[in-house]
Amino acid sequence: MLTDLLTKMLGPEHADVVAAIRVFVAVNILVAFVAGSAVFFIWLERKVAGRIQDRLGPTRVGGKFGWLQTIADGIKLLVKEDLIPGAADQMLFRLGPYIAFCGAFMAFVALPFANGWVAKPLSIGVFFMLAVMSTEVFGIILAGYGSGSKWALFGGMREAAQMVSYEVPMALCVLVPVIVAGSMDLNYVAKQQDWLWKWYVFHDPFTFVAFWTYFCCATAQCKRAPFDLAEAESELVAGFHTEYSGLRWSFFFMAEYGAMFAVSGIAVNLFLGGWNIGFLPNELQAMMGVFANLIGVVVFILKAWLLVFVMMWVRWTLPRLRIDQVMMTCLKYLLPISCVLLLGVSVWQAFVPVILARIVGYLLCALTIGGLGWVVFNLFTITTKLPVSGVPNLWTPGGSAKDLAKT
Amino acid sequence: MDFLYPLAFWLFAALIAVSAIAMVVTQNIVRAATWLLFTLAGVAGIFFLLGADFVGATQLLVYVGGTLVLVVFGVMLTAQGPFINLKIGAGEWAIAAAVGLGFFSVLAYVLVGFEPKVPANVAVRQAPHKAEQPLAVGAAAGSLPLADNPETRSYHSLASAAVLGEALLGFEKTAPDSPVTGVRDIVTVGPGGTSSQVKIVKERTKMAYLLPFEIVSLHLLVVLIGAAYLARSKRRRGATS
Repeated sequence: MLTDLLTKMLGPEHADVVAAIRVFVAVNILVAFVAGSAVFFIWLERKVAGRIQDRLGPTRVGGKFGWLQTIADGIKLLVKEDLIPGAADQMLFRLGPYIAFCGAFMAFVALPFANGWVAKPLSIGVFFMLAVMSTEVFGIILAGYGSGSKWALFGGMREAAQMVSYEVPMALCVLVPVIVAGSMDLNYVAKQQDWLWKWYVFHDPFTFVAFWTYFCCATAQCKRAPFDLAEAESELVAGFHTEYSGLRWSFFFMAEYGAMFAVSGIAVNLFLGGWNIGFLPNELQAMMGVFANLIGVVVFILKAWLLVFVMMWVRWTLPRLRIDQVMMTCLKYLLPISCVLLLGVSVWQAFVPVILARIVGYLLCALTIGGLGWVVFNLFTITTKLPVSGVPNLWTPGGSAKDLAKT
Repeated sequence: MDFLYPLAFWLFAALIAVSAIAMVVTQNIVRAATWLLFTLAGVAGIFFLLGADFVGATQLLVYVGGTLVLVVFGVMLTAQGPFINLKIGAGEWAIAAAVGLGFFSVLAYVLVGFEPKVPANVAVRQAPHKAEQPLAVGAAAGSLPLADNPETRSYHSLASAAVLGEALLGFEKTAPDSPVTGVRDIVTVGPGGTSSQVKIVKERTKMAYLLPFEIVSLHLLVVLIGAAYLARSKRRRGATS
């Protein structure tokens, strides 16, 4: 769209200038989106952490909900002293955060946010995204090694081993919907899922399980809990980013939240229908033109934010796994499960008759939506009573702090 | 793309050249691995610039995400002391320069193209898109395309790395000739050039990727052996492990 406008303005002989401007605009939009998302996610993480831990999270900066907390954090990080340890390898120490951030950011180039709204439409979209996200490992290794501290080195090595190992089941799980769709182009895959029951997560039992397996692998790939051993304060101080302070540390965290959004974006496009709401077919979307694209962008971002929220929710709920448990999960559980899923979906696509596949698809959709609806209904209707000990205390009606001593 | 394409090409080429030279010159082994990362990423960039997205992504996935991570692990975990410094003598520089120049000259020669001698009784090769017109011996040689013309055929069709490169990058119309891939095509032309005696060679285009596939498998095997060697448990003499 922008290309056509600029071509009209500048004339067709300046096609290279048009291309350069388009590239510039697209990259700026993506960088602004990634940075803005990171700001939002840091605030969301603290709020989610607070609420799960029965407290409120930031409430002071920027009104009742602490909206400006991240801005305050950003200003603090900017003005912090830029410390580089004496034993650090200067070049590698400085290089690490940028390689990690570039690896996480480059994946956004092939991620479609709406029908046709993708920075570079690639026929191998999802393969490209997985390939460039695998270069993030190198930033971790350089950071861990270049810090000149043994905690950082251990954390970096463990992190790198974990990220590299989890790439394998993740790629296998990504292959499952690619086999169903027949293309690696994320735009095409998401376009096939315009109705709710066409979403690939409901397509057959194998893609259903593949979604959850992919989500586990993606959580491990982004080094999020319960796979975040490298950042475990009780064990490794802070792993590979121990010696990083100020803006360099925030680059690592932009890389982490960027990677979280990118893998969630892949999951949304492959399994959860991309930018489709679920009741707007492709023909209607074509009639609505740009308006449908705008709705699509909003729907896609909300779905990806939902998945990132689930990652944060899991982080603050489940305890951490040890490094040998992490590797065992990958190699002894997730990898065989992914192989079975790949085989299963190939057999399903090749041999199951169409009518049976459709029935199973509708059944899966109905059961999942029904189950979700039942859970949500119960959340709002079931009340639990707190155990009563008979002694008035701070939490019984009519009690006060004086009674606290009696409990 | 008047200025974008050359600009991007020169940027990537400068990145590759500078990183490769820095990798050779630097004395810190981990920094050498980092410069190798930039070299390989630059090569992936050149692939993307050529429009070969799949090969570029595979380069990133296999080389940077796999091979280079393995190299860096091995280098970091087996180096004595935190920052190993390489002291390279003058004799080693001379030998390395000679070997490097030798490889470079061979590559340049093969890329530009060489002309092997074609024996007179070799079977006539038929291009896939010309399956309907058998090339009879003695046809008007001047009117044929370069690859089918016996006079220029040796330059454009036999054992030239440019053709192999084109096939690897996915240009479907090209296919390396049989001496390169090991698949021999015999086309017999009946008396008078009737098409009923001509074997259609469509299936050869699937075999065209055989050689690159084998090269890639060998490369991965080398990586696997290196990983197994690095991960072996070392026995120490005189100490309990």
